[in-house]
Amino acid sequence: MAVLTYREALNRAMTEEMEKDPNIFLMGEEVGHYEGAYKVSQGMLAKFGERRIIDTPISENGFAGVGIGAAMVGLRPIIEFMTWNFSLVAIDQIINSAAKMNYMSAGQFPIPIVFRGAGGAGGRLGAQHSQSFESWYAHIPGLKVLAPYTPSDAYGLLKTSIRDNNPTIFIESEVLYGSKGEVPEGEFSIPMGKSDIKREGTQLTIISWSRALMYVLPAAEKLAKEGISVEVLDLRSIRPLDEEGILASVRKTNRALIVEEGWNVAGFGAQVAYLIQKEAFDYLDSPVERITQEDVPMPYAANLEKSSLPSEEKIIKKVREMIK
Amino acid sequence: MSQPKTKKETEDLLELYRQMLLIRRFEEASAKAYSMGKIGGFCHLYIGQEAVGVGAISALEQKDYIVSTYRDHGHALARGLEPKALMAELFGKRTGIVHGNGGSMHFFDKNKNFMGGHGIVGGHISLAAGIAYASKYRGDGAVTLCFFGEGAANIGSFHEGMNLAAIWKLPLVMICENNHYAMGTPEYRALSVKDVSVRAAAYDIARDHIEGDEVRKVREHVRVAVERARRGEGPTLMEISTYRFRGHSMSDPAKYRTKEELEKYKQGDPLIKAEKDLLSAGWAQEELTKMDEIILKTVEESVDFAEKSEEPPLGWLYKHVYAENV
Ligand SMILES: Cc1ncc(C[n+]2csc(CCOP(=O)(O)OP(=O)(O)O)c2C)c(N)n1
Repeated sequence: MAVLTYREALNRAMTEEMEKDPNIFLMGEEVGHYEGAYKVSQGMLAKFGERRIIDTPISENGFAGVGIGAAMVGLRPIIEFMTWNFSLVAIDQIINSAAKMNYMSAGQFPIPIVFRGAGGAGGRLGAQHSQSFESWYAHIPGLKVLAPYTPSDAYGLLKTSIRDNNPTIFIESEVLYGSKGEVPEGEFSIPMGKSDIKREGTQLTIISWSRALMYVLPAAEKLAKEGISVEVLDLRSIRPLDEEGILASVRKTNRALIVEEGWNVAGFGAQVAYLIQKEAFDYLDSPVERITQEDVPMPYAANLEKSSLPSEEKIIKKVREMIK
Repeated sequence: MSQPKTKKETEDLLELYRQMLLIRRFEEASAKAYSMGKIGGFCHLYIGQEAVGVGAISALEQKDYIVSTYRDHGHALARGLEPKALMAELFGKRTGIVHGNGGSMHFFDKNKNFMGGHGIVGGHISLAAGIAYASKYRGDGAVTLCFFGEGAANIGSFHEGMNLAAIWKLPLVMICENNHYAMGTPEYRALSVKDVSVRAAAYDIARDHIEGDEVRKVREHVRVAVERARRGEGPTLMEISTYRFRGHSMSDPAKYRTKEELEKYKQGDPLIKAEKDLLSAGWAQEELTKMDEIILKTVEESVDFAEKSEEPPLGWLYKHVYAENV
């Protein structure tokens, strides 16, 4: 097994798919000559040329629309948002065009497009560059929303996204690009709507995804040393959601804690909590709990930023309370 | 444009007139059905603007693409979409062009490269650039025609779409149908320029500006832009002046404009112009009346068809939210 960084895994997935299908192209700001703001498309311009690795001006609404238009007539664009923060000026296109085109046209115009880029909280970037939008996009029927944590999942899910005939919101974590992990040799893909048990446990399930797992996994490790056995479920796929996987785990452990980097109000975790209380109410030994980003724009000060995010300490404290 | 001279020219005008008349009668019938509560939602009529859609679309080949706004009935009919399927769509029936999923603002027909009516002002401009982009990517020689109103020329999407089309020299023809009002806002209160096409200068692309009351003149001008695009010389921004005789939508009594103004523009009704030209070229009035009767019958049949069609089954509610992966 090869050890790849998260960014290398993404690069490999795109490169392999582009080698196979001439309809796929990558478009975005700085994806070509600069090789990606986060270097995800390193080497791709040299390999595929300017026809398929396309630098755009700063005009997210415009090039999101161009991608959607191209997808209407059968191309399979990968649109990189430098970060998801800037997708907001393209959100009209993503929601009003990409997500609904197939429906409005009664199946005549599927939109096989991947919107991808860096998301989530970053290192002291302040309020406008440090936020999670999974919940926003997951709200929209017609979109699929993925947020992988490991390089292997990033590779396998990006492949699936590129092959999918629907618009996919593929949210990478800014702080994970350099993280390393084993990626099996040879080609593989990971189906959407399948969570992954990143750690087995018996007393409580933590449901999480993307970079929040950076806090969850070490917390589970420490709790194990205290004799508390936590199962960690990585959703990976927000929409479609692995309802079966969530319920199976909660029915086994009888407790659920959702840890997410996004805000609490109308956040995706609320949907998961609803699912659990509705379908596994009788199995619950304690109320479903959530740990989220605090209900504030992201502060810049190091201590404030840290205190606003989920953390190992918050998770450990909460689990202890729930187990009692 | 001068009157048709040869027999061929006259027959050509007759066909364009027929298309315009179909749009007029179709929409008159829609207006009636709307007032009877058979058509729901917004319903933006194209009456008065027929020469623009018919003239422009007649300059295209079958492989070319059309992207439209929420005011899409005229463009769809000009492209040859089935009146029955369109009327049934207005009625929200399963036999509609998109099976009742779209309504007035969202006609689509893949077989005719009719790439949609789109409900967000200007949002479709970058989609059109994307379709043109795909033609360039593939080298399929197709041109994309995108219609929008002068109101849309003030939205970001217009500028971003134009800049992208310009830097990549996309085979795109952008037609601003300037009917002088964006809902109730007259152009002089919203536009920094008197002629939208001058904005082409900001993107260093070709421009054109004409009156849109003569259908063959529209076609001739659009053809120049289409050929330019097909030769790989990039996009054109055109303004075609026109006027809508009805309100912005069926729910708009259009109190923001005077009767005199409306009457003045009605003098330039593109149908009356074409009719006059046909008559003075020697066409008999009875022939034209007969044509109108045939069209009225087609429209009546489409209303009847829409009326008798069933609503979509409830089981279709979730159909097409996602495309299948095969
Ligand atoms: C982004 C957006 N803002 C507002 C509206 C509401 N709206 C629909 S049509 C319209 C006027 C547009 O005028 P114009 O572009 O000139 O086209 P016309 O209706 O004259 O054909 C407005 C404001 C909308 N659909 N989309």
